[in-house]
Amino acid sequence: MQLARVIGDVVATRKDEKLNGVTLLVLQPLAADGSKAGRTLVAVDTMGAGVGETVFFVRGKEASFPFHPVEVPTDAGIVGIVDHWDVE
Amino acid sequence: MQLARVVGTVVATQKHRAFEGAKLLLVQPVGLDDTPRGATLLAVDSVGAGVTERVLIVLEGRAAGEALGRKGAPVDAAVIGIVDSVDVHE
Repeated sequence: MQLARVIGDVVATRKDEKLNGVTLLVLQPLAADGSKAGRTLVAVDTMGAGVGETVFFVRGKEASFPFHPVEVPTDAGIVGIVDHWDVE
Repeated sequence: MQLARVVGTVVATQKHRAFEGAKLLLVQPVGLDDTPRGATLLAVDSVGAGVTERVLIVLEGRAAGEALGRKGAPVDAAVIGIVDSVDVHE
């Protein structure tokens, strides 16, 4: 799992039917110091995250587990909204 | 998931049976500003995307197999949506 900032959203009318009603957000992965770390990506959201919030997300098939038993075709999903984080 | 631009189609007569009837597209992953990034990929299409359209792709085997509707299919990329718009506030 990785920290990321929600920086936007994607609208796609025509999509896999299992994605109907699912929010698609644009994420910028973050390093522990809050700087940008790696490429932007699109993730499904089950937490109600919004633009500007810091979240953590999971990559891989596990991203579809929150939708169980529906098998949503995704490879990235937001699984938490970060209140704050600290680095020693 | 990644944004990508559909740049072509691929036809292959001899292929794994899981690909029977599936449409194969050549897609170029792009950044938020539509600049190409990384290598061009083959992706199965489950939404009827066409060349020049901007799409959403999954780059993970089981998710791609789900999009194809076939468990255990030897695929690692699939087009799962056609992008209408992307709004970025940064």
